[in-house]
Amino acid sequence: MQTSTPGPKPRMAVHKFASCDGCQLTFLNMGETLLQLADMVELVHFAEAGPVAPDAEVDIAFIEGSVTTEHDLERIKQIRSHSGFIVAFGACATAGGIQALRNFADAGEWLSAVYATPEYIDSLATSTPMSDHVKVDLEIWGCPPNRDQVLGAIRAWLYGTLPKQSQDKVCMECKRQHAVCVLVAKGMPCMGPVTQTGCGALCPSFGRGCYSCYGPAEALNTDSLAGWFEGLGLLPEDITRQFRHLNNSAPGFRDAATNIISTDAGHGH
Amino acid sequence: MSQRTQGRSILPGVNVDDVFKDHDRYFLPRQSFQSLIDQLTLQGYGCVGPVMRDGAIIFDRLDMASQLPQGARDRQAPGYYRLENGGGPRWFSWANGPQALKPYLFPSREVLWEGTVDEDGGLNFKERIIEPEPLAVLGVRACDLAALAIHDAHFLKGPSPDAHYARRREQLFIVAVHCSHPASTCFCVSTGDGPAATRGYDIALAELDEGFVIDAGSDRGKLILDQLPLSKVDEAQLDQARRELNAAVAVQTRALPEGPLNRILFENLDHPRWDEVAERCLACGNCTSVCPTCFCASENEVPSLDGQTSEHSREWSSCFTQGHSYISGHVIRPDIRTRYRQWLTHKLGSWIDQYGRSGCVGCGRCIAWCPVGIDLTEETAAICKDARDE
Repeated sequence: MQTSTPGPKPRMAVHKFASCDGCQLTFLNMGETLLQLADMVELVHFAEAGPVAPDAEVDIAFIEGSVTTEHDLERIKQIRSHSGFIVAFGACATAGGIQALRNFADAGEWLSAVYATPEYIDSLATSTPMSDHVKVDLEIWGCPPNRDQVLGAIRAWLYGTLPKQSQDKVCMECKRQHAVCVLVAKGMPCMGPVTQTGCGALCPSFGRGCYSCYGPAEALNTDSLAGWFEGLGLLPEDITRQFRHLNNSAPGFRDAATNIISTDAGHGH
Repeated sequence: MSQRTQGRSILPGVNVDDVFKDHDRYFLPRQSFQSLIDQLTLQGYGCVGPVMRDGAIIFDRLDMASQLPQGARDRQAPGYYRLENGGGPRWFSWANGPQALKPYLFPSREVLWEGTVDEDGGLNFKERIIEPEPLAVLGVRACDLAALAIHDAHFLKGPSPDAHYARRREQLFIVAVHCSHPASTCFCVSTGDGPAATRGYDIALAELDEGFVIDAGSDRGKLILDQLPLSKVDEAQLDQARRELNAAVAVQTRALPEGPLNRILFENLDHPRWDEVAERCLACGNCTSVCPTCFCASENEVPSLDGQTSEHSREWSSCFTQGHSYISGHVIRPDIRTRYRQWLTHKLGSWIDQYGRSGCVGCGRCIAWCPVGIDLTEETAAICKDARDE
């Protein structure tokens, strides 16, 4: 048993890149469980919680955020070199996050429109996931991932196994929660049928459509859902927006939105 | 009412006009319906019944008749469900909602057993024993009763009956209501399972404006009936109840093709229709979740962070998930085509070889609650049509 084994505790780091810090809060919001975790691993670097040692050798590193600057690129390569097992967690680290919307636009033009002195901003034209730049050992999707996923991953890693991650769609969990389907009963666009579960079907349980926080599911059929949205009266730009949300640059959603735009252009709108 | 549908057979050997012949029937005035809920409560049952919530008829705890969905009508079509207020005094003028009995006997998630590490490092396993409260469910339809009989066969028969299901089932009291308002998605006449509740209930009701034609289907049901302010049912009331059942037969337009589907479907595993439906199907599993006979579940180990305990839990799964066909590092049904085919060929085909009947009871839930409106009667007909043309 890990807890009863004497000897050095595994060393763990939590790093932040371009992000809102919400994924790190998944740790901080654990309450007493965080103290239990701190007994089992040595938290070497976790700036938001206190310890700062970004260059220390660790056995496992959690990475939040996406790569948006040259400096980010250097940092993640550096972290890779001194970290045993790397977990990219959250929509930014796994798919580029909401800020990856810049991937579909002229980032330079946005900079000059938003900032009074854009020359102070030194960023890349794209926001990209960690796996585009280094070998990632495990991805935990979600905006933010839930505590059970994070704890389950750490537990499995301590056991020396890979965590079991559900590939089910949000609909499966929605029905387990006995939420009434907002798509069928209200005609409300909902991304549940193309989105990975993990949130506990949070939004549909409160009577609104899924935002796709956990990214594209496997066995994806975005064309069919987009077609149904069109039947509900959504305009092509509204449907595109459904796919260009928190996981806009995850390949499944990126391609779905591109398809809608090119089909729409083909119709001469 | 056309001559053709008048008195149409709804079960082998059962005619709508015969439904009210065999038992002693009584009349329960509408204003006395609360006495039924009160008597069930007095006998120790928690009451569950239909209520309106979030735009659908759902089953929930119920103490008062006033909580019932008075005047509610459900308008259903492929991928579509809306409630409307049709007016009038009735509480059961709707076909169904997304669920009825299934979650009460086969919960969507439950812990089956737990494992703990003892002081010597040994492993102990302990079954989770449940003690469910007696439950009375009001408003159960004929299709739900047919599905219950299938679940009984699946969970209770055979060498290892499911202990949790068995304990909940023993405690279940069923108040069925004959279906007078099938939805456009309903086809229980075609499967032989409705609209009349003819078996498997403790009490059955036929709703009229002024009250209910009522009869007991079990000794437990008789005990409750003895405590109610019943009067003799008159012939006009029985006539009205019969007319409404006949109308509920006549209104159904959907049907499954004639069989034998277990042969036809398996002879058409390479039919192009599977590719076509796979273009529409989302593999979201909604059809299987709302299906009252689907029973697939996944079992998961949920260890505590310190690794000293682990809960073994079971949750609803579906043949549309990747995990359903995952075996030793390999997913046997990786695409939507093979998953849809698995659902339909099992539900309508191999189910017959496994349980002696089709797994479909004609409730139409999979049609209405499919987010993209896939209609299994239409898909099955498309496959069978070509098979017959050959």
